[in-house]
Amino acid sequence: MAVLVVADHDNASLKDNTHKTVTAALAVSGEVDVLVAGEGVAAAAAAAAQITGVRKVLTAESPALGRQIGEAVAGCVLALMPGYDAVLVPATSVGKNFAPRVAALLDVAPISEIQAVIDAETFVRPIYAGNALETVKSADAKKVITVRATAFKAAEEGGAAPIEAVDPGPGAPHTRFVSDEIVKSDRPELAAAKIVVSGGRAMGSAEEFHRVIEPLADKLGAAVGASRAAVDAGYAPNDYQVGQTGKVVAPQLYIAVGISGAIQHLAGMKDSKVIVAINKDADAPIFQVADYGLVADYKTAVPALMEALGAAGL
Amino acid sequence: MKVLVPVKRVIDYNVKARVKSDQSGVDLANVKMSMNPFCEIAVEEAIRLKEKGAVEEIIAVSIGPIQAQETIRTALAMGADRGILVQTDADPEPLEVAKLLKAVAEAESPSLILMGKQAIDGDNNAVGQMLSALLGWPQATFASKVEVAEATVRVTREVDGGLQVLELDLPAVVTADLRLNEPRYASLPNIMKAKKKTIDIKTVDDYGGAGAGHLKVLKVTEPAKRVAGVKLETAAELVTKLKTEAGVL
Ligand SMILES: Cc1cc2nc3c(=O)[nH]c(=O)nc-3n(C[C@H](O)[C@H](O)[C@H](O)COP(=O)(O)OP(=O)(O)OC[C@H]3O[C@@H](n4cnc5c(N)ncnc54)[C@H](O)[C@@H]3O)c2cc1C
Ligand SMILES: Nc1ncnc2c1ncn2[C@@H]1O[C@H](COP(=O)(O)O)[C@@H](O)[C@H]1O
Repeated sequence: MAVLVVADHDNASLKDNTHKTVTAALAVSGEVDVLVAGEGVAAAAAAAAQITGVRKVLTAESPALGRQIGEAVAGCVLALMPGYDAVLVPATSVGKNFAPRVAALLDVAPISEIQAVIDAETFVRPIYAGNALETVKSADAKKVITVRATAFKAAEEGGAAPIEAVDPGPGAPHTRFVSDEIVKSDRPELAAAKIVVSGGRAMGSAEEFHRVIEPLADKLGAAVGASRAAVDAGYAPNDYQVGQTGKVVAPQLYIAVGISGAIQHLAGMKDSKVIVAINKDADAPIFQVADYGLVADYKTAVPALMEALGAAGL
Repeated sequence: MKVLVPVKRVIDYNVKARVKSDQSGVDLANVKMSMNPFCEIAVEEAIRLKEKGAVEEIIAVSIGPIQAQETIRTALAMGADRGILVQTDADPEPLEVAKLLKAVAEAESPSLILMGKQAIDGDNNAVGQMLSALLGWPQATFASKVEVAEATVRVTREVDGGLQVLELDLPAVVTADLRLNEPRYASLPNIMKAKKKTIDIKTVDDYGGAGAGHLKVLKVTEPAKRVAGVKLETAAELVTKLKTEAGVL
């Protein structure tokens, strides 16, 4: 059986979620192809061709694919599905947007955000904000799966798969791209970072969020995250939100500053290797999952931490 | 313009789900149930469009047990005009839900379907996209802003990296994200008024019947528990622990 992985990329470069999804795909089948659907994707496709275990890389290019319009990506993938028994897609905002469409048009049940592959038909996925894990067996001839990339190791590089162009498909005749506002940052990407520093409602303002959270993140070479409360209040941009309905992260180290630890927030970070909580309330639920806690006002604790890191040569 | 709002009855978002000891599922007996928070946001958005004069009628539809009437009633108390319950005690998969909603949409011919991006029980984040695909209507998921014009809708979407704005031809499917609005609480007079609004109770067969399940749940288990760690006195101690004990610095 052959499996198609749809690459995560920003047209210019390939993202690590692709490598992780290839690992999940290789647990399903030894025949794994990668589709890079976008516009101007030659470099991203070349990077995908280097992933060990990939049989072939397909590229599909059009303006609608370049904007990752859901209808267009789904149409492109759908046309390839006669050649595949399963398609695995990283559970990013792009993947979640188009994958269920492919499932509906194939008349199969989508399987969302798997975190383990038991066999080619059986998968484990979180439900109820990660408070339960469901093991499901699919009876469908073709499987459409989104993958929680943080649960899989990245496949190595060292391959040299052939690259082949395919038809971009029918596009999205009733959907027009108007504009986008992509936040550019020199920090590591939230979903792939080794260390994440997140701030919560306690920050009280966007200025305070910048003043407290960002220098700590920069000292550690970390990505910046936030709770929903901090994002709703405008302290941080929307794509910083960590949680059930935001990004799921599993870094080596997660530092939560002034975050209470609501179940919806825990759903997005409780698989981190080490969790540190800084909170002035000793009873905050975040301490129930934290490996190390500082019961303190962040206003004194964060500067002290900066100093201690400096003293330790960091 | 008519708007259809699919609403789901789910475990209340403040309740922590508990897995049954026989691993057959999550224990929902005597658990507080509410409208899925994202569906509430969708209802609120429909009402705001109506208040702006862009929408004439709002229909709330739910697929579920007879108790899902309460969920529809909540939508009516917020300001929806009428309800449809497609009654079933089976817990239909997203594919079945999407097919039934397609049949409802074909019967009602709305210009816009506004729904939640995700139900917080199954966390599938799938029905809106599937419904859009089955109807052949355009979609905009994860909406944080919705502006309706005569024949189009302009939607700002929350995506990884920032925001994306799309314009869709109507009819279309839009799914709501958290920051689209803050849903209102129903006022007492509106709760009373909602009691007089109609809810049509239908069967699955009225909308083409339910298909066989595609997914079999083999078991539902509890995730590995994290054990609470230690509270430290100083930041210096923390850095030492992170370096030597945890090895993450
Ligand atoms: C459908 C739905 C989906 C959701 N999805 C998400 C999601 O994806 N991600 C998410 O994060 N939330 C999500 N939420 C929201 C979640 O329920 C919580 O409301 C939110 O996580 C709270 O954010 P917070 O911890 O920053 O704020 P709060 O709960 O207000 O906590 C602030 C904390 O800061 C501490 N504090 C205050 N001052 C100081 C100080 N000076 N020094 C140190 N500590 C201090 C307080 O003790 C408190 O513990 C969702 C909710 C719903 C209904
Ligand atoms: N049983 C249902 N009845 C009505 N609407 C539903 C039902 N299940 C899902 N939906 C709608 O689909 C959205 C996404 O749900 P899901 O794809 O299951 O996460 C929800 O927010 C609802 O608007």
